[in-house]
Amino acid sequence: MIRLTGIEKRFSGNPVLKGVDLTVAEGAVTALIGPSGSGKSTLLRCANLLEIPDGGAVEIQDLRLEFSAGRRPSQAEILRLRRRTGMIFQNFQLFPHRRVIENVMEGLVTVQKWPKERARERAMDLLGKVGVAEKAEAWPATLSGGQQQRVAIARALAPSPALILCDEPTSALDPELAEEVVDVLRALASEGATMLMATHDLRLARSVASHVAFLEGGEIVEEGAPETIFSAPAEPRTVRFVRSLGA
Amino acid sequence: MPDWLQLMLTSFWPLLRGGLIFTVPLAILSFILGLAVGLLVAVVRLFAPKPLVWVASFYVWIIRGTPLLVQLFVIFYGLPSAGILIDAFPAALIGFTLNVGAYTSEVIRAALTSISKGQWEAAYSIGMTTRQAMGRTILPQATRVALPPLGNSFISLVKDTSLAAAITVPELFQQAQRIVAVTYEPLILYIEAALIYLAFSSVLTALQSRLETQFGRYGGFLERVR
Ligand SMILES: Nc1ncnc2c1ncn2[C@@H]1O[C@H](COP(=O)(O)OP(=O)(O)OP(=O)(O)O)[C@@H](O)[C@H]1O
Ligand SMILES: [Mg+2]
Repeated sequence: MIRLTGIEKRFSGNPVLKGVDLTVAEGAVTALIGPSGSGKSTLLRCANLLEIPDGGAVEIQDLRLEFSAGRRPSQAEILRLRRRTGMIFQNFQLFPHRRVIENVMEGLVTVQKWPKERARERAMDLLGKVGVAEKAEAWPATLSGGQQQRVAIARALAPSPALILCDEPTSALDPELAEEVVDVLRALASEGATMLMATHDLRLARSVASHVAFLEGGEIVEEGAPETIFSAPAEPRTVRFVRSLGA
Repeated sequence: MPDWLQLMLTSFWPLLRGGLIFTVPLAILSFILGLAVGLLVAVVRLFAPKPLVWVASFYVWIIRGTPLLVQLFVIFYGLPSAGILIDAFPAALIGFTLNVGAYTSEVIRAALTSISKGQWEAAYSIGMTTRQAMGRTILPQATRVALPPLGNSFISLVKDTSLAAAITVPELFQQAQRIVAVTYEPLILYIEAALIYLAFSSVLTALQSRLETQFGRYGGFLERVR
């Protein structure tokens, strides 16, 4: 179980998250939707402690960390929680100075201290799974955006994280390339990966998510099954937002 | 054989010897030590608590704001009055190291900050510690950015080592001065010294572009700008 409770985050006094509660069941995919600036990215970054919440708690499986304004968790606590997550970024953020396969091996070799050969085997398997095995020895700069994002997915999956965070994984891509990435994410979801993704991509939310949460002004306004949120939302604010998406 | 050529040939070995025994080791050692100082200062100025940042900034301010020749004189001729006696070569080594450290710290700092925050976050997202992220993700990319300006610093340094002649280090230029003192042929000797410096820096320039190619092999943004 992944549980975020009462997550609060302020940037120089400005409240950006105002006590967000969100649960992602094991093997479920939750999509976060909401207008620009509503705090979707910040919430994802609080889940892997790229931002340290000012209040609330993050719980991933049997590990729970509580936050309060005065207290910063220790580096060891941060790493322990973070190493249960993987993240996929809007603009890929592959390591440009490492070959494709080295990007995927990096977490295994540097962080998990796997022997190189074993890491290479796992990385090769993952690259096959996301359909870029033939690019294993290429430099990231020579790949298309869709290929880069699929490598980034393999990199995030390599250490077998309990939770995969995706921040608008398709929004830097042309529609056909986005399609490749959606396919890979859908396959992952059907294999039982637990994911939390922020997205403006309706196709992604509809075809991959099992649960949708609508965030506005740092609060969850409404959540439920994708069909409910997209077709018959209860809250007027959700209705307005979903209409603006052209759903 | 004309006299001038004869003179050049007989003085060639003493000059080259001064270059190989003093100029080159002085340049290489002070550059390596200076780079270590520069990296330390850059990291302090970017990440350390305020008081340390002030110390580092003060150091850079002093070194960059005063002439290298004056710094060498302070170390070699000045410090003995304070009871600190340092031989000529170590004095020059200290002076050049401090100088290289101050200038390269700025280059290294700029290169480190040129790597996007997203790369730090990607490194953190796979569980790296700050040290791992720095060593495996940020520094290698920053090195590529810093290589051209650092190469220039090194070539300047090789030429600046001639200042060590003024504090009695018997390097290339001082050898030329000595021979001039007995032959009264300044034009020939100083041109010869200049040619040897030119040869040294040409070799280094070639080496620099090979290094740049090697570090640039992963392509990406630098290539696309062209
Ligand atoms: N590091 C930061 N420093 C200051 N303010 C920040 C920082 N990060 C985010 N914010 C602010 O927090 C608010 C929420 O930002 P966030 O990026 O989480 O929104 P979002 O829902 O992901 O938006 P988008 O759909 O545009 O990606 C915004 O007002 C933003 O300006
Ligand atoms: Mg965002």
